[in-house]
Amino acid sequence: MGVVQASPAYHERDMNGSGGTGSNDAAPCGTEPRDVIIVGSGPAGLTAAIYTARANLAPLVIEGEPSSTSDQPGGQLMLTTDVENYPGFPDGVMGPDLMVNFRAQAERFGAEFVTAKATSVDFSERPFSVWVGDECYRSRTVIVSTGAQSLMLGLPDEERLIGHGVSTCATCDGFFFRGQEIAVVGGGDSALEEAMFLTRFASKVYVVHRRDQLRASKIMQDRALANDRIEFLWNRQVVEIRGDDKLEGVMLIDTQTQERSALDVTGLFIAIGHRPNTELFADWLDRKPNGYLMTDAGSARTNIEGVFACGDVQDDYYRQAVTAAGSGCQAAIDAERWLEAQGH
Amino acid sequence: MAEGISTLDDSTFDETVGSADNPVLVDFWAEWCGPCKMIAPILEEIASEHDNIRIAKVNVDESPDLAMRYQVMSIPTLIMFQDGEPAKRLVGAKPKSALLAEIGEFL
Repeated sequence: MGVVQASPAYHERDMNGSGGTGSNDAAPCGTEPRDVIIVGSGPAGLTAAIYTARANLAPLVIEGEPSSTSDQPGGQLMLTTDVENYPGFPDGVMGPDLMVNFRAQAERFGAEFVTAKATSVDFSERPFSVWVGDECYRSRTVIVSTGAQSLMLGLPDEERLIGHGVSTCATCDGFFFRGQEIAVVGGGDSALEEAMFLTRFASKVYVVHRRDQLRASKIMQDRALANDRIEFLWNRQVVEIRGDDKLEGVMLIDTQTQERSALDVTGLFIAIGHRPNTELFADWLDRKPNGYLMTDAGSARTNIEGVFACGDVQDDYYRQAVTAAGSGCQAAIDAERWLEAQGH
Repeated sequence: MAEGISTLDDSTFDETVGSADNPVLVDFWAEWCGPCKMIAPILEEIASEHDNIRIAKVNVDESPDLAMRYQVMSIPTLIMFQDGEPAKRLVGAKPKSALLAEIGEFL
């Protein structure tokens, strides 16, 4: 749909551009086109950077900007501690250390980095345009690896109390709940990983889950169910967050009986899943109903020739660091071969 | 030439922060905190670019009492101290431009 239209950003820049002619076919930005721009810098984006850099394509990685919201350079692994299932590390590896190494490996082969967020893209014509604020970059191919970020509950006061008892990062904040009673919301692997991690500090961890069974993998379930500091509150949803300067407790509702109950906890860790960071591409790339980008089966190709997608932004099923890295490699090879076929 | 980033602990904090002529931006951090690592190089840059504030780090593993005293519940937390008293608090990692905007009044 978006293929033949210029994005709103294009028009805006066209009208405001200095000395612009107002003509729609004026070049949207003047830089020499590169071969590859990679948007996003988790395991997928950085693997694509390693591969395209080693193929002498001098990729530019628009890596994002520091934040504590699981949307930052290095991706979601920056908010984890021990990663036990990434092959090659028999004793496990710290998530942030792993990502620092990914980046160093890409840099070693000549990848360049912009530490900022891409703010708009124009895929209406090749070379494509990617903006970071007022800075514009052009490229013959774009690899989209913007990942996914944590969902929030969407309750009043939730945002206000982040950093004051409400958290989306157990590894950042768990330390401060030593000897206290806290709750984790969610029923997947990340919820149970957070709950297990938090038992290092908290005297008790409630896992609040809206169903009566878990989505988490068997090994995580077994570990969590065997942990006597963890208590499961099944069929419960958080409906209210209480506290002035800091969290004082939450209200739960039983999804079966609708009965309300108070839970006095000083910490609330939210791990209810993720949403893909695809808003930037909404005008251009086909998405599934749940917002994830569509790619051709068995490849990283999107509906626009020369634009590839990899990692969690297009994966609503596996969502592992190693599958993200694998798909980043696919995107790099797809981009490389596509450039070759174009005679570059 | 700015003096770089110093490390404070329970025994040096009060004297250093209390006696400083300039505002002191204290970064509460830990080795295991990914977002803390993200902002560390930004703080190095700010320290070398601005002579009129001081930047110091407190490792919350080594100085848990300081973290508790200033009610740090999430890291990174940056607290700007003026005349020894907390004057501004920033929670969570932020890009350099956002950090500079937040502490602009002290620069």
